[in-house]
Amino acid sequence: MTDTSDLLLDIRDLVIEGRSGGTWQPIVKGIDLSLKRGEILGLIGESGAGKSTLGLAAMGYTKSGCRIAGGSIKLAGEELVGAPAETLRHLRGKRVAYVAQSAAAAFNPAYRLIRQYSEAPVRHGVMSRQEAERDAVQLYREMQLPNPEEIGFRYPHQVSGGQLQRAMTAMAMACRPDLIIFDEPTTALDVTTQIEVLAAIRKVVREHHTAAIYITHDLAVVAQMADRIKVLLKGDEIEEAETRQMLAHPREDYTKSLWAVREFRRAPRTPDDTGKPILTLQDVDASYGTLQVLDGINLSVDRGQTMAVVGESGSGKSTLARVIMGLLPPDKGSVSLDGKTLSPLNRHRDKGVQRRVQMIHQMADTALNPKHRIREVLGRPLEFFLGMKGAAKEARIRELLTMIELDPDTFIDRLPSELSGGQKQRVCIARALAAEPDFVICDEVTSALDQIVAEGILRLLDRLQREMGLTYLFITHDLATVRSIADWVVVMQKGQIVEQGAKDQVFQPPHHPYTELLLSSVPEMDPDWLDGVLNDRRAAG
Amino acid sequence: MTPFLRKLGAAPVSAWFGIVIVTLIALTAIFAPLLAPFPEFEVVGPQYSPWAAPYYLGTDALGRDVLSRLIYGARNTVGIALLTTALAFLLGASFGLLAATLGGWFDMIASRAVDVLMAIPSLIFALLILTITGTSVLSLILVIAVLDSTRVYRLSRAVAQGILTMDYVEVARMRGEGLFWIIRREVLPNSAAPLIAEFGLRFCFVFLFISALSFLGLGLQPPIADWGAMVRESARLISFADFSTWQTATFGLAPLLPAGAIALLTVSVNLIVDWVLHLASGLEE
Repeated sequence: MTDTSDLLLDIRDLVIEGRSGGTWQPIVKGIDLSLKRGEILGLIGESGAGKSTLGLAAMGYTKSGCRIAGGSIKLAGEELVGAPAETLRHLRGKRVAYVAQSAAAAFNPAYRLIRQYSEAPVRHGVMSRQEAERDAVQLYREMQLPNPEEIGFRYPHQVSGGQLQRAMTAMAMACRPDLIIFDEPTTALDVTTQIEVLAAIRKVVREHHTAAIYITHDLAVVAQMADRIKVLLKGDEIEEAETRQMLAHPREDYTKSLWAVREFRRAPRTPDDTGKPILTLQDVDASYGTLQVLDGINLSVDRGQTMAVVGESGSGKSTLARVIMGLLPPDKGSVSLDGKTLSPLNRHRDKGVQRRVQMIHQMADTALNPKHRIREVLGRPLEFFLGMKGAAKEARIRELLTMIELDPDTFIDRLPSELSGGQKQRVCIARALAAEPDFVICDEVTSALDQIVAEGILRLLDRLQREMGLTYLFITHDLATVRSIADWVVVMQKGQIVEQGAKDQVFQPPHHPYTELLLSSVPEMDPDWLDGVLNDRRAAG
Repeated sequence: MTPFLRKLGAAPVSAWFGIVIVTLIALTAIFAPLLAPFPEFEVVGPQYSPWAAPYYLGTDALGRDVLSRLIYGARNTVGIALLTTALAFLLGASFGLLAATLGGWFDMIASRAVDVLMAIPSLIFALLILTITGTSVLSLILVIAVLDSTRVYRLSRAVAQGILTMDYVEVARMRGEGLFWIIRREVLPNSAAPLIAEFGLRFCFVFLFISALSFLGLGLQPPIADWGAMVRESARLISFADFSTWQTATFGLAPLLPAGAIALLTVSVNLIVDWVLHLASGLEE
């Protein structure tokens, strides 16, 4: 070790094990990591790569059920492995801080933001409460939060998700730590909010010369934030390099495959020659109580095509799906399938309609009954809609599993808890297909998944559409997904359709201002993208 | 049932203790006529005999064999408690699941009725009803079952409401599944664990409740052997206990025998319930 003064974090040959099924399984398998003062390191990988575990280890912390089995973690020369709890307690929050993925879950809903902010500095004896509160306002201003003097006196539920995430970053900065660990801080946010949070985090981290470990599975995000990138796969390091070099010349095949994910494009579908739309919505208004969510929606979806509905959260796109499914009766207007007006309530629709229109949910976790084996999940719609029994049903279940690229012998008797996230979503797709539908609503089906897994799902959906002549209504906030598979794009904002058209037309300028905002907020793999967008926006307004 | 057996094998010592004791008591109850050396009601010896053959646990105030009455008491008290709990669950869980799934006016009426029943202290309410109806075994079972079903109702309704917000229930509804299919196939399997745990606890409460009523004289009526009533009958003997010799000391231990049996059973059932709850929470160890 020649130059230790500059070296902040030095992890050598770290092995972390987790307990599963009575034995210790390695989660992190001998990883080295070093970080200089003021440097930002990006950790990327799929879920299960061990990136969060490694990030937490930098604080000398492991989740319950995990243990550090070997190696060393040195923070500014001080060994954290095996250090007494007292030492670690002095460290955490003061010299190393953590920003979690879900700010809403990380704040205590019973206390005001500023009270939670001052907790660490007061506790560590860095500042008095008054000093901490003055300091909080200063940092809130640096984080570009609106009304920095007042926002701290609100409760967590009174501020938006993006503001809460920035408040949490400010809280992590409270003791001016040497190192902050960001664990997917923008994954739960809309693109338009994400860009503000990214800009604020980067500004404050650079100005205070704080080192950071930035954990994410979004390559484009890490490209904006990190000086160096380390790629992890199943607890092993794949490669590490400077950001620009890594983006331009990835060495390993795995890294290249990560880079290539976003390049999936499918051939456009030619519309059905009948020219009659399969589903139409006319002047649909809908509301929850007194809150109007949909306002004068007119849509028609052509047979065999994919219509993508995009917009940020609160734009009413999921409500649109609920109206079509008959789960939320519209206040006004009508939904028709093949020119026949549907009953506003699902339970009044006939079985043929219930069979022909299927929906795939965002969270496969909650969309599968944890007590039902795959055989029953897929068997029930076959039995219910098509009256299949016995051997015919069994054969069809196996056929469906083969269609979603899961081996029938291995999977047919499994419970949902024995599947990975991507496999669960595939089973949900198979369940929808079991009913032999014509029209399938996909509600953010890939947003809870890693990019590589998500790409697999998109390819599967595309293949099934070709083979079975399905029509998709694809609800998403991810414009990369739209680019991959849509024929027709509908942009929604605050319950209204602000723009719609063929995909190429919507993605070509001139745009509606809101479409422009959405499009320009999607991070690109270029490390200069964030600066470019911020400069453009500053110049424009 | 291999997964179940595997879980059983991995059960902690405390759970095993509970399982063994409960099994022993259950076997005693089933085979009571074979195990008991003397009949349940008959006067077989002198009053208050000390613990010596052939009256291994002595005799009571009328000269009945205490060991035999303890064995028959297991059958009466445990049997009735089990029946009552089962009935309470049938009532409470059916109404609770229905109320959660249907919602609306059914939920409103059922929940308010339950609130009214719960507002009255259950022991006093039971005493009142039993004084009116008289203390037959049937009325005892019905009254306690109805009173206890209110607690089961509240639990099953709350558990079901959580499950009904899940997407998989929405999927079933969109498919057009009927009410009973949703309750039976979607809600019930997922609420089984907390309901089973509650069954164990409820059983203990019902059991203690019957014993308490018997102690007060409104439970099982003499000459039926019942652990609660046996405690009451022999309670006064404690004050005559004389610990100078073994012979006289057993005298004072008499009320502790049925009381100990009650305690042993409740503790054992609770040990099993703890284990089931632990399994239900999905923790490995």
